[in-house]
Amino acid sequence: MRHRSPDFWSGLALAALGAYIVAQARGWDYLTDDGPGPGFFPLWYGIAILACSAWLVVFGKSPGANWQGAGRALATWGAVALAVTLVKFIGFALAFGAVAFFIVAVMYRRSPAVAALVALCTVAGFYLVFPLALGVALP
Amino acid sequence: MDIAAGLLHGFALALQPLNLLWCFVGVLLGTIVGIMPGLGPPATIAMLLPLTALMNPAGAIIMLAGIYYGAKYGGSTTSILLNVPGESASVVTCLDGYAMARKGRAGPALGIAAIASFIAGTVGVLGLMLVAPPLAKLALAFSSPEYFALMSLGLAMVVLLAGKSMVKALLAMLVGLWIAGIGTDVFTSQSRFTFGHMELLSGIDFVVVAIGIFALGEVLANMEAREEPQVLPVPKGLRNLLPTMQDLRDCRFAFAQGSVLGFLVGVLPGAGSTIASFISYGVEKAFSKRRDQFGTGVIEGVAAPEGANNSETGGALVPLLTLGIPGSGTTAILLAALVLWGFKPGPLFIAENPGMFWGLVASMYIGNVMLLVLNLPLVPLFAQVLRTPVYVLYPLIVGISIVGVYAGSGSLFDLYLLAGFGLLGYLMRKLDYPSAPLILGLVLGGAMERALRQSLMMSEGHLSILVSRPISAVMLALALVVLCIPLFSRFNTWRLRAMEQEES
Repeated sequence: MRHRSPDFWSGLALAALGAYIVAQARGWDYLTDDGPGPGFFPLWYGIAILACSAWLVVFGKSPGANWQGAGRALATWGAVALAVTLVKFIGFALAFGAVAFFIVAVMYRRSPAVAALVALCTVAGFYLVFPLALGVALP
Repeated sequence: MDIAAGLLHGFALALQPLNLLWCFVGVLLGTIVGIMPGLGPPATIAMLLPLTALMNPAGAIIMLAGIYYGAKYGGSTTSILLNVPGESASVVTCLDGYAMARKGRAGPALGIAAIASFIAGTVGVLGLMLVAPPLAKLALAFSSPEYFALMSLGLAMVVLLAGKSMVKALLAMLVGLWIAGIGTDVFTSQSRFTFGHMELLSGIDFVVVAIGIFALGEVLANMEAREEPQVLPVPKGLRNLLPTMQDLRDCRFAFAQGSVLGFLVGVLPGAGSTIASFISYGVEKAFSKRRDQFGTGVIEGVAAPEGANNSETGGALVPLLTLGIPGSGTTAILLAALVLWGFKPGPLFIAENPGMFWGLVASMYIGNVMLLVLNLPLVPLFAQVLRTPVYVLYPLIVGISIVGVYAGSGSLFDLYLLAGFGLLGYLMRKLDYPSAPLILGLVLGGAMERALRQSLMMSEGHLSILVSRPISAVMLALALVVLCIPLFSRFNTWRLRAMEQEES
């Protein structure tokens, strides 16, 4: 398959979003007795998204992004996403402590002792500042 | 309330001990945020926004505004010592600031940046104080069609916030409009784009999107690199930081033009402080007797852009507070903050909340003095912030983001959205989609749809109401003109060059 620019793929994804918006908006009233309905505005920006993304799919040719290092960013995102999912089951301290440990030990290759210290101090700091000092509940 | 009485009232409010404390906290945080590359004022303000629910609104806006203009002061420190702008508005300061530091003149470069920031920042607040009240009075004649035209003008400014691709900026803005439309339609109670989730019926909180895209997205983008930059040494002692009398004489024109141009550019929504600093640098160079030396460590090359980017802050608050139009990502978040606290920035804002407006103005005068005091003798101390290990900083930002989002809503669902918007923010950076237009669309989307639907109700469905009223017609025509700006190739070439500099 011919190599496509990132604009092609992002344009395609946005075209799908535009099509979804238009399809949804067509199911709602466009005009009512009182004036424009809930479908009026979404229909027009949905069409605009479709038009702009079609332009991007056909004419977009920005050079490919530099994805070197993206693995590190996506791994961090995965850790954060997992942590917010687990907050409900294991609480903020363990979930956030694990993310902090992961960033320090795995991403920045510091020793497990340093990573554990950073994780412990940040979690303790959050408990001191938010629930104790400010009265803000942690997740 | 006339200006003198308003200002006195404002100082009475801003000088209250608690508000002075918030002002100090804001400018201190702003300076630190400005110094740290990779953590900008929009991310910081977005992260702190939920926590301001515990404060009184006057103290909260004083603190958040302090972060906004304080970051402009701090941004120059990294430009001069690291050749890495701490803030996009300080990009052009790298050219002569870093060159001065390499010649052993880091002290005077940092000193002149602080002095220029103080002078121009004060002129910017003066401009805000003089221009905002009459402009707000003029805008009192606005009804729904005018508001719709105003929002259209605000959204048209997207062409100025666009990066390399106008189409991508438009798409980002349209996605912002879509996100703003998620939830229950206020006119008909129809639920829209909720994907069957009860949690989405009340819409997506602006704070979740802002923190996800700015704070989390920025952390993810910064996580790509492992190396930490090297800092040039800062001279110790106040005497070594002060510019000479000759330096000050050389910068007279830079102080004046930076102050005026910065304010004027700031008033134009969408132009922003980066563009203000580039224009001011260009004007300084064009009129300088030693223009061929610019880029090799000329002190006016530091004073002009640093002055302009500080004066721009006062200008940017004019359309925000009088018309409800934010011109940048940061002012969009400030707008959302005001709305969250129950205020309605727009023509009635000053009349209905004189204490808030004049208190903010007075706090900015005080904040600029605080910043001068902080940034001259304490620069060596602030430079130590640059030595904070990133492996400590990034987990902190992630933690504050999570707590900030949860504190606002108490909903775990919002944390999932936060992770989603964090990924979106990162992908937007990688794929060259500017994030400011998305925030602009998100902030203005709901109000724009309301204004359009109310206008069409008034006219029983006739679109002609939008062009038959003079103010509305003029603003729509202006929006059209702004949208056509990219067609003027000379302007576009210049704009793209500024954007490329910002990226490098």
